[in-house]
Amino acid sequence: MGARAEPWQTAEIPGPKKAMIITNPQIVTALIRRSKNPVLIVGSMAPEIKLSSGDLVDYAIQIAESVGIPIVSSPSILKVFLDRGFKRVFGIPVVDIANRLIDVNWTGLEGKGQYDLAMFMGFKYYVCWLILSGLKHYSRNLKTISLEMYYQPHALWSFPNISKEEWEKNLNAIIKSLREGK
Amino acid sequence: MVSEKNIRVKIDELKSSIGLLKGFELSIGKIVSEEWLEEVGPTQFPKIPDLREWDLKLLQRYKPFYMPFCDLCCLCTFGKCDLTGDKRGACGINMSAQQSRIVLLACCIGAATHAGHARHLIEHLIEKYGRDHPIDVGGGNVEIEAPITRLVCGIRPRTLGDLEEVLSYLEREIVRLLAATHTGQEASNIDFESKVFHAGMIDHVALEIADIAQISALGYPKADPEAPLVELGLGVVDSTKPVIMVVGHNVPPAAAIVDHLIENNLYGGVEVVGLCCTAHDVTRYNPKAKIVGPISWQLRFIRSGVADVVVVDEQCVRTDTIIEAQKVKAPVIATSDVNCIGLPDRTRDSVEKIVEDLVLNGQPGALILDPEKAAEVAVKTALLIAPKRMKFKALPDVSDIIEGAKKCRKCDDCRRACPNDLPVRDALAETLEGNLNALADLYEACVGCGRCESACPVDLPLHSFIVKAAEKRIKEEKYKLRVGRGAIQDVEIRKVGSPIVLGEIPGVVAFVGCANYPNGGTEVAEMAAEFAKRRYIVVASGCAAMSIGMYKDEEGKTPYEAFPGAFDAGGIVNVGSCVSNSHIAGAAIKIASIFAKRRLRANYEEIADYILNRVGAVGVAWGAMSQKAAAIASGFWRLGVPVIVGPHGLKYRRMLLGRKDKPEDWYVYDARTGEKVYVGPAPEHLFYAAETKEEAMVMIAKLCMRPNDTTRGRAIKLSNYIDLHKRFFGTMPDDIHLFVRTLADVPLTMREEVIKILEEKGWKENIIPDPTLLPRLVRKKAGE
Repeated sequence: MGARAEPWQTAEIPGPKKAMIITNPQIVTALIRRSKNPVLIVGSMAPEIKLSSGDLVDYAIQIAESVGIPIVSSPSILKVFLDRGFKRVFGIPVVDIANRLIDVNWTGLEGKGQYDLAMFMGFKYYVCWLILSGLKHYSRNLKTISLEMYYQPHALWSFPNISKEEWEKNLNAIIKSLREGK
Repeated sequence: MVSEKNIRVKIDELKSSIGLLKGFELSIGKIVSEEWLEEVGPTQFPKIPDLREWDLKLLQRYKPFYMPFCDLCCLCTFGKCDLTGDKRGACGINMSAQQSRIVLLACCIGAATHAGHARHLIEHLIEKYGRDHPIDVGGGNVEIEAPITRLVCGIRPRTLGDLEEVLSYLEREIVRLLAATHTGQEASNIDFESKVFHAGMIDHVALEIADIAQISALGYPKADPEAPLVELGLGVVDSTKPVIMVVGHNVPPAAAIVDHLIENNLYGGVEVVGLCCTAHDVTRYNPKAKIVGPISWQLRFIRSGVADVVVVDEQCVRTDTIIEAQKVKAPVIATSDVNCIGLPDRTRDSVEKIVEDLVLNGQPGALILDPEKAAEVAVKTALLIAPKRMKFKALPDVSDIIEGAKKCRKCDDCRRACPNDLPVRDALAETLEGNLNALADLYEACVGCGRCESACPVDLPLHSFIVKAAEKRIKEEKYKLRVGRGAIQDVEIRKVGSPIVLGEIPGVVAFVGCANYPNGGTEVAEMAAEFAKRRYIVVASGCAAMSIGMYKDEEGKTPYEAFPGAFDAGGIVNVGSCVSNSHIAGAAIKIASIFAKRRLRANYEEIADYILNRVGAVGVAWGAMSQKAAAIASGFWRLGVPVIVGPHGLKYRRMLLGRKDKPEDWYVYDARTGEKVYVGPAPEHLFYAAETKEEAMVMIAKLCMRPNDTTRGRAIKLSNYIDLHKRFFGTMPDDIHLFVRTLADVPLTMREEVIKILEEKGWKENIIPDPTLLPRLVRKKAGE
């Protein structure tokens, strides 16, 4: 991938525990398949991030549909999901969802219990960085994956800093592999 | 009575053979005739533990959610210690305690800065106007001149000299708080958080005494809703004249410059322009002064070369000012001992010699700790150097930008250094095609930090490129701002107290703080205008108040021209500079005191309980950046006022979040019966960061709800919340059932759709209590 495992924003140096790099999209697929109760969390930037076959909201919907999981969206883009016919979406502020993900007794959005895997995409870099930091330090039994284009050191797994083209290729590969596994 | 500073003897009434003595108080060094008959409450000059119980009540409901900004502690030589997850450092500290400790450090810095500012200012004003100069912030219109000081300290300051006792208290508490952050001191994150609240309360007192002192002594507008409009923006500066730029927060040097110009009949010929809070305060002093803009405008304005002399005082001044000013050959005059910027102390030198060195001998600047002398040097230097400088600029030509673009290595280090991830490289590349628009567009969201340049491996002056590309827009930056009015009048409080407490004015929204915005300052102006149109009371201060002014509606009017300056529904009230934030907290306190007639004197807990449960006020610090902003927010939290920050506010590394899905967190006592009553999550959070402007606006409307709202008031508040939710999120809120207590709460125009949701959620009616979190305020105990 020709990638660097450095924070995208140069000064956002975390600490000793840093995200493992997703060198192969199959890693993501395997983590999702192994998870009992995953959730995809999508930030407010998603509609503005344009890829060759749609924006990031379209990709989020494809991932969620191919696994059959709910999406938590930033409230300000909830309407975008609904307008595209995706109904299993919950508009929840990112600080609120993060605050619930660290609570072992939380029963989840659909009453199925606490999530064991949370994936993130579509956030401002520093917003995702800080939210993942909170989860790294305070969640129990939660794995986190950053599906952002840039390295998020506080996730458990993250892409390194990659080009838009490489990112899109990886997202497409994840979607394809999840669909094949259905 | 033992006072804060000295031993006092107080005699309420003494009959003796020589006569009757009433209201007599003796203290060492002075005799005070005390006319304030209100009984002293339980927490006069509170120390750290005195309000801990109240803090713990708040923190039980609004629990900290930490987002460590660094996984390590590096504060002692045991370290660095890795605190990841549940690890502990060599001293035994864990991550939660470390994060709250850092928050406390930030708030101590903020409180110390305001207290230091207050000390500097008050000592200067006492020296100039005398210890007996009366405190007067609004004549007969403002009887409660210092609501925070009365509430916290239990004293009623009558003169500048009375404020010295308050300063001593503040300084002692800040030292205690700072001591708690030492290795091996406080261990509990919750106790650190309580101390954060204490630092915030101390900060608010500091703000108040600084502002009431300067209002009283310097002739600022005194609670005037019709304070004059002043000019604002880079485009308003007349660069044909010598220009003196003042920047910072402590006004005496800037005020002295105005005085010197007036005394020497020079004011028409010299421009005095300000940035940051000194700009607010110099226009409060003399509305002929002009405001360039918020803190973010420092770099771009210095590089424009328009300023002939730069006068810096303290706080939020760029620390590379001297380097930048040198580039445009503008001398710098430093005026504060907290910001000497490496310059030689010339305080005792003659004005003529200093001016000669600055104008003829090329010295970069001087430290002058006497405001009047600094002013005289600034004026004389500006007059002599302006013709020599010929407005020498550090801004490039368009051809320089294109040449720069050719040198660009496309490494993206500029973007990776930018706080807002602006695509600087891409915009620069477009200039090769002759298109400067992409670069100019970055100007709106640029916070003016200059980190892009610092990161550039080929030293391109990227910030200057952006400013040059946006030159046309900058020339059009011509706006109006209503001068900071200071306090809110008692009569205004009497008028709005009832509709606020009953909920019929849907809320008081205060836009405060710095200019570290995620998408430029326009968002603040849009939010302010929207809530004013919705008949909220909108209040503003500091850089946020400037950003509100830098916006025009379809008719070409700024918000300060379009909306009245009264503290009333639909008003936009600029209270003034950072220290004027005290009047916002003061207004909430005065609602409890004047309207509800709650005892004010040293009665903090009861007043805060009143505000939390009844006064629908919310602070919005959309661009909060500084430690001072952290301290100001903390003061509001302890007082029961929630604060919303923009996304950069997450970097304060902890939120205080309620859990609306936990009904057990939302019970209060009904003061009438002692019953515990569910009141819903009102207000839901105490400290919250929103990702977007839209998210913030919906949350503002939601956080204005309070348990005491009448059914009519709640219906109005719900109507705004639902309307904004539908407009921005496209749906009905999914938590309406938590805010409807009886069917009378449901807005008439939304009745059908709300009732449908209530039925789906299995909603049950609740009573509306006389709400309090304090058992001692229950008038009749349950079971009696």
